[in-house]
Amino acid sequence: MKKALAAFLVVGLLGIAAYASLFVAPTERTMGDIQRIFYLHMPSAVVAFCAFLVTFVANLLYVFRRQERWDWLGVSAAEVGLAFISVVLITGPIWAHPVWGIWWTWDARLTSTFVLWLLYVSYLLLRTLVEDPHRRALLSAVYGIFAFLDVPLVHMSIRWWRTQHPQPVLMGGPGTGLAPEMKRVLLINFIALVSLMIFLVRERYELEALRAQVDVLRREGEAA
Amino acid sequence: MTPAVSSLGLRCRNLEKRFGNFVALRRLNLEVHPGEAVALAGHNGSGKTTLLRLAAGLTRPTAGALHIGPGESTAAESRAHIGFVAHQTMLYDELSAEENLFLFANLQSITGAAERVSALLAEVGLAERRTSLVRTFSRGMRQRLTIARALLHGPALLLFDEPGTGLDAPGIIWLAATLARLRDTGCTILMSLHGQAELAAVATRAIRLQAGAVAADSFTGEPIESVLRVTET
Amino acid sequence: MALLHSTGILLGKELRTELRSRELITTTLVFILLVVVLFSFTFDPTSSESRRFGPGLLWVAFLFAASLMLQPCFLREQMNDTLSALRMSSPDPFAIFLAKLTANTMFLLLTELLMLPIFSVLYNVPILKVFPALLLVLFAGSAGICVTGTAVAAISAQARMRELLLPLLLLPLLTPVLIASTEATAALLAEEPALRLDWVGFLAAFDIVFLTALWLFGEYLLEE
Repeated sequence: MKKALAAFLVVGLLGIAAYASLFVAPTERTMGDIQRIFYLHMPSAVVAFCAFLVTFVANLLYVFRRQERWDWLGVSAAEVGLAFISVVLITGPIWAHPVWGIWWTWDARLTSTFVLWLLYVSYLLLRTLVEDPHRRALLSAVYGIFAFLDVPLVHMSIRWWRTQHPQPVLMGGPGTGLAPEMKRVLLINFIALVSLMIFLVRERYELEALRAQVDVLRREGEAA
Repeated sequence: MTPAVSSLGLRCRNLEKRFGNFVALRRLNLEVHPGEAVALAGHNGSGKTTLLRLAAGLTRPTAGALHIGPGESTAAESRAHIGFVAHQTMLYDELSAEENLFLFANLQSITGAAERVSALLAEVGLAERRTSLVRTFSRGMRQRLTIARALLHGPALLLFDEPGTGLDAPGIIWLAATLARLRDTGCTILMSLHGQAELAAVATRAIRLQAGAVAADSFTGEPIESVLRVTET
Repeated sequence: MALLHSTGILLGKELRTELRSRELITTTLVFILLVVVLFSFTFDPTSSESRRFGPGLLWVAFLFAASLMLQPCFLREQMNDTLSALRMSSPDPFAIFLAKLTANTMFLLLTELLMLPIFSVLYNVPILKVFPALLLVLFAGSAGICVTGTAVAAISAQARMRELLLPLLLLPLLTPVLIASTEATAALLAEEPALRLDWVGFLAAFDIVFLTALWLFGEYLLEE
């Protein structure tokens, strides 16, 4: 019941966010309607990063506490984060093509997002290749910590290397910035996507917990 | 060989170890008293190797505790007093007999390493081959060197996993004599055995493991020979 | 002090085993040579073209060579379970990593130094004048590769498909090293050579971050 309510809420929020992005927000002067994808693109990136932060904290907690639940949380948040980052990588080119005239460019933020995606694909790949659950949890936790530490370094190196991305529009200098309606729509999208992220991580976490329970039952069945 | 500093006992309380879905040790309760020479018997997969690796501090228990010595010291903390012989040789094939021993002696900062290494090489009968690479050794010679490595630092607790592996008949007799002498100097010995009556004769106590739990223990009065008898299935 | 003492002993062991067989250094050298020669077919190796593509080509070759060279460093220890003996005998597990990564850096650096004159001749890029600065860049970059690589080798050695897994886990982590080393090398090989201390500093920062991470979390990778 509670879960149905939560799902309903999340879907409702997403609906409102989509409506606001498509019909409420004003049309951007130079880019036109295609700019509306920004309301999905930018919050997804932030939400994905938050999910990876959750993975990092869970990885640390697993290493020091060795409780299975931190492993479950780590993998759940990493998978959800990867889903969001995939959204970023798909919506990016859709936006870029009409605006910049190319699908992909090796721009700083694009490239570092892509490397981030690769890092967490590797993290999940590693998990599929270790049989013993404790060892899998420990090895992937340490790799997850390494991957997260790598993120700022990747970002810095690529940024020094080249930059073509639109400068941050929210905290940029004078002259940049969004119209107030745009900000409000962006905020709604943020809230909707964060709640979606939390909902998905919780669902995925419960699935992982169930899976572990099945393992225990199977073990007891074999012992009996 | 130098006598052991002092004897160390070993206590397992509800010790449990799982590998994935496989339960290697199932709430094992066991006390090995200082100075005992315990022979472990049991089928493959009964938990002998797991118990020895837990006692050596190489593996963490899934649940329960294992303490070494009179206090609450964990196995990892007691490493300096433990001599371990595993299934595998734990030797570098690309190094010579003497280089192998010096490597571990230096790592453990043993004083008088040179004399110690020479004495042990003579003791295990490899003095003449001291500069040969381990790669060129027979399985029996490797096993002798493995035992020498485990005794380098004069440990008080010996954990030997099938120490007779690869040894020929004279080798087994030599090993039995060595173990008996170590036992008499006060070393605590916990060794898994596979047959080999000569080695079993050294034991002052026998324990049979089955599916990760104690199935029989000579401490309760059963004769050692019958505890060690593992019915083949 | 105890750490340096045991590291020294273990490093002696690593060097002695390698010098006896010379397996790693020879195979790595041949591999890099192959990549460098094969690459010359894919573009016109005039001096100006080589200045543009050469540094990147070199570092990609070093990176792939390292991901092969690092494979055996923990697999060898598993063969006779010598890793257990090391864990029981070394007072600090970090010494095991420190010795291995020092040895690996030395091997990689040696193959790079042997490779440089060949590259210089084949691609018509003079290196003699900038050699000391180049050595600094090579060292900082190779150390980064080997610090991270040694940790990842300890992880992949415990998984299935380990030979394939090591590069998959390692290469995304090393993106910053690739960029920084390539940029620094390119600046040195340019018509007017310049030592880019910003990039060298970045590499040093990378090395320190991952060395610290290895110091904090490495021991968990050796657990059973």
